[in-house]
Amino acid sequence: MTSAGNLATYNFAYLDEQTKRMIRRAILKAIAIPGYQVPFASREMPMPYGWGTGGVQVTASILGPDDTLKVIDQGADDTTNAVSIRAFFQKVANVKVTTKTGEATVIQTRHRIPEEPLTEGQVLVYQVPIPEPLRFLEPRETETRKMHALEEYGLMHVKLYEDIARNGHIATTYAYPVKVGERYVMDPSPIPKFDNPKMHRSQALQLFGAGREKRIYAIPPHTEVVSLDFEDYPFEIQKFEKPCALCGAENVYLDEVVLDDKGGRMFVCSDTDHCEDRRNAGHVGELGVAQTEAAE
Amino acid sequence: MNSQPLLKVSDLSKFYGGRIGCTKVSFDLWPGEVLAIVGESGSGKTTLLNCVSTRLTADVGSVEYRMRDGQFRNLATMAEAERRFLMRTDWGFVHQNPADGLRMTVSAGANVGERLMAIGDRHYGQIRETAGDWLSRVEIGLDRIDDQPRAFSGGMRQRLQIARNLVTAPRLVFMDEPTGGLDVSVQARLLDLIRGLVQDLGLAAIVVTHDLAVARLLSHRMMVMKDGQVIEHGLTDRVLDDPREPYTQLLVSSILQV
Ligand SMILES: [Zn+2]
Repeated sequence: MTSAGNLATYNFAYLDEQTKRMIRRAILKAIAIPGYQVPFASREMPMPYGWGTGGVQVTASILGPDDTLKVIDQGADDTTNAVSIRAFFQKVANVKVTTKTGEATVIQTRHRIPEEPLTEGQVLVYQVPIPEPLRFLEPRETETRKMHALEEYGLMHVKLYEDIARNGHIATTYAYPVKVGERYVMDPSPIPKFDNPKMHRSQALQLFGAGREKRIYAIPPHTEVVSLDFEDYPFEIQKFEKPCALCGAENVYLDEVVLDDKGGRMFVCSDTDHCEDRRNAGHVGELGVAQTEAAE
Repeated sequence: MNSQPLLKVSDLSKFYGGRIGCTKVSFDLWPGEVLAIVGESGSGKTTLLNCVSTRLTADVGSVEYRMRDGQFRNLATMAEAERRFLMRTDWGFVHQNPADGLRMTVSAGANVGERLMAIGDRHYGQIRETAGDWLSRVEIGLDRIDDQPRAFSGGMRQRLQIARNLVTAPRLVFMDEPTGGLDVSVQARLLDLIRGLVQDLGLAAIVVTHDLAVARLLSHRMMVMKDGQVIEHGLTDRVLDDPREPYTQLLVSSILQV
């Protein structure tokens, strides 16, 4: 990343006002046509593409001085990627930052939707690597554009058919395709399908930015989001056998953590903020330590 | 119901710059009828096929198709969404090279099932069962339903392409040199299969071929093309047994046959 000295000479939130206006226009169009991929003139950001420059540009364009920003990566606030992006916006926009889902006005994410339901006025910004859900079976951009325009989505079910033929069930677990507002089929970015139902009629505004592919798309609040499936193979989310080992939460997405080199492992909340909240509120999992005892 | 043609082609012309693709072609196609378009390469037969099937836009003339509701529609003025829907439900298109008409990296079952899914079928078990039925009809073993066409022989690929096109019970199928590039023994078996399916299903078909034996075996009527024009047109047996045009006589006497 560029040094702080250089960044200090940049505009609020790094991007110049003209670029922000251009991106905001793309965002407004995306909101007006839920699930439709709007092309935009993606800019170079002082970080590699793999860091989610699409999401960063969207966040930079919507952030105001009064916003409170949360950044998560794999559900955690403390990974290198999340820490760096958060530090970047602290530096170039001097906004308040938080790890608390409930306190944030803007949440930039990769791989997860927070467990705590989002509320009116919040914006969730996704970093998207490949925005085109039809890409893997139809590499021609002219053809995929036509398929979206004419609502020809049979190919999405071909993909699911192949999944079942090969695995006996729909084995797609990430970036599971959805239909937005009964019209456009959309790739929800590499979130686990566990999170798909959270997109449905969410109170928050959801924005998706793909930097390398130069696309922005959106799900406005309260929009219907349906995961594609077959009548005899209905959509299902991942299920976990045990609750979180630290906070005892059920019905949350868990990550496997290796404890030692003898095969010891545990499953814990992938959403670190959610886990911490629960433990602070006195919930204790199988391998957790009660917070009051720990403090003594 | 069969008292009217299925397709009416009037005065169709296509130019590539100053060069003629095909010019002033008119014909009717009746339900259940197989029409062969024969000629040497460069005669305009493939251009004509592509114009009639709307894969190319003609410069002059019209193609009208009788929809399932009995109404004739001019294909050039039909909205693109409706035309594409027509092409993947009521029509089929069999390419000479199966790779142009198949998805080579998805299974045989999904290749056949794709059209069903495209028109809204959402029951995996039923789609798979229908796909399996069609594989049997084109003599592909059910044990190959999950294999990709990459693993198939040329003849099998062509049969798979045919099944993929017929699964929605189309009324009209376009075929571009359907047996081209195959071994002679494989060709014979494929021709038998096509002939049987066309008869059983009562399909109308337009078959482009340079091979008069294919025209003889499959078609009721044939048109001979040369330099973009139809120079002879009649019942297949009549044209082949009693050709009137000198050029057709040369073709039939094999002098011009490749
Ligand atoms: Zn937990």
